[in-house]
Amino acid sequence: MEEKRRISCIVCPLSCEGEVSSKSGIVNAVTGFSCPRGEAYAREEVTAPKRMLTTTVRINGGKLPLLPVVSQQALPKDKIIPCARCLANLTIIAPIKEGEVVVANILNLGVDIIASRDINPV
Amino acid sequence: MYEQNFQVVIIGGGPAGLAAAVSASDNGAERVLVIERDRELGGILQQCIHNGFGLHRFKEELTGPGYAGRYIKMVQERSNITVLLDTMVLSVTENKTIVGVNPQDGIFQITAKAIIFAMGCRERTRGAIRTPGTRPAGVLTAGAAQRMVNMEGYLPGKKVVILGSGDIGLIMARRMALEGTRVEAVLEIMPYSNGLTRNVVQCLQDYNIPLYLAHTILKIHGKERITGVTCAKVDQNMKPIAGTEFYLECDCLLLSVGLIPENELSRELGIQIDGLTSGPIVDQLRQTNMAGFFAAGNVVHVHDLVDFVSEEGEIAGKYATAYAKSEIGAVNKVVAVTSADGVRTVVPQMINLHEGDTLPIRLYMRVGKTERNVKLAIMSGAQILLEKKLAVAKPGEMIVVEVPSDKLKTSDDKITVILKR
Repeated sequence: MEEKRRISCIVCPLSCEGEVSSKSGIVNAVTGFSCPRGEAYAREEVTAPKRMLTTTVRINGGKLPLLPVVSQQALPKDKIIPCARCLANLTIIAPIKEGEVVVANILNLGVDIIASRDINPV
Repeated sequence: MYEQNFQVVIIGGGPAGLAAAVSASDNGAERVLVIERDRELGGILQQCIHNGFGLHRFKEELTGPGYAGRYIKMVQERSNITVLLDTMVLSVTENKTIVGVNPQDGIFQITAKAIIFAMGCRERTRGAIRTPGTRPAGVLTAGAAQRMVNMEGYLPGKKVVILGSGDIGLIMARRMALEGTRVEAVLEIMPYSNGLTRNVVQCLQDYNIPLYLAHTILKIHGKERITGVTCAKVDQNMKPIAGTEFYLECDCLLLSVGLIPENELSRELGIQIDGLTSGPIVDQLRQTNMAGFFAAGNVVHVHDLVDFVSEEGEIAGKYATAYAKSEIGAVNKVVAVTSADGVRTVVPQMINLHEGDTLPIRLYMRVGKTERNVKLAIMSGAQILLEKKLAVAKPGEMIVVEVPSDKLKTSDDKITVILKR
């Protein structure tokens, strides 16, 4: 079945709004965007949308009770909530340095979750 | 114990203050002091755990703590910068004596050759928008909730309504949703969101959070704890339309209704404030109307990119140092910078040209409403000094234009930035 989706482009401040037509996951038309970068973004939004994940994990023995973390690369959009749930159950021990891996290869997606900052011990 | 006399004292250890300290040190200030009221440096960046910071400055997308971390390291690497944490500045006098208080030293005095205000801004509260209703618990500003959720480990509610669709409101909608809170709605009084499209898409659409444009909250309900809000559509004059009211149940209301530069210290001192930016009137060196007092970052005008805050801090740090060492030359021409016709604010509001000035001067502007295919023009009387085509100009995105200093040497004593349709 032919499917049409309106996409607001986020590549630049122009914020073009265009349309992507696809059939069983195959894109056959992208219209309404004023540059190739916008078209590429819209295509990816329909076929394989990706998002960065930033959240926090509990940390014991540190100066703060929470450690902010970030995915090293973007994750598939539909895996953001499962990854956040996975991190919500985790407690780590201070100290930790910015850039250290908190969870390697989260949910077998090939992406590491790393610390966004240092947290020193109390 | 720290020295009591410093060349450059910076009030505020957020992005503006940190960049100012590094720049003061690199430009030859011998003793630099940063006074911060929080338990650590970094300012609000430490609670902004999302990414997207630093694309201009570091050419990569950092998280807020990541961006702060870079500057904190730079400060720590410079042995002539002293940092006082947990310290509140109570007053600043005209002869540059600072009275502060902290748990270690009690009340103490410090003297400076030059002072940089980098206190940032704070959020407008319920009082500022005069929302009627009861006074229950559970009504917070979005930034306060952000600190609770991202740093302190508390969730302020299970079912939340957010008023205001600026970037902080949008970011918090996603953050609360990720933590398992149900976000009932985001309401925006304007017919458009002032947040970045990116945030509307990734913070609301991704989580199926409804955005009600041209809507506001008429009443807050609840005795001990908030139980709900009455909402309504508004007309072009932002007046509620009778018959459009509806009720949303919630146990938490977050307000993201604007920021106010925090200028109590500067006001008390008699520093001139721009009525539109709510920050001090500064020149291109970020010097205020009082000699030796500088200002940078959100205390001057609310920025959308931290990269520009750091840039402003750098400018203030450099010239505060020059002032402390008596290296700023005599002013030989003063040009007032004003805005009109679609341009709402401009910083600096004043250009003091000195003998031998050759560096171009960057103007930072904000428009009043979204306009497409316009030209930004810098006028000296009827003469156009400079023109720049803009495919789109949005209130949420600061416009930066560089003016060559030789154009200002021949201009009128007043230049005006306008939009030409």
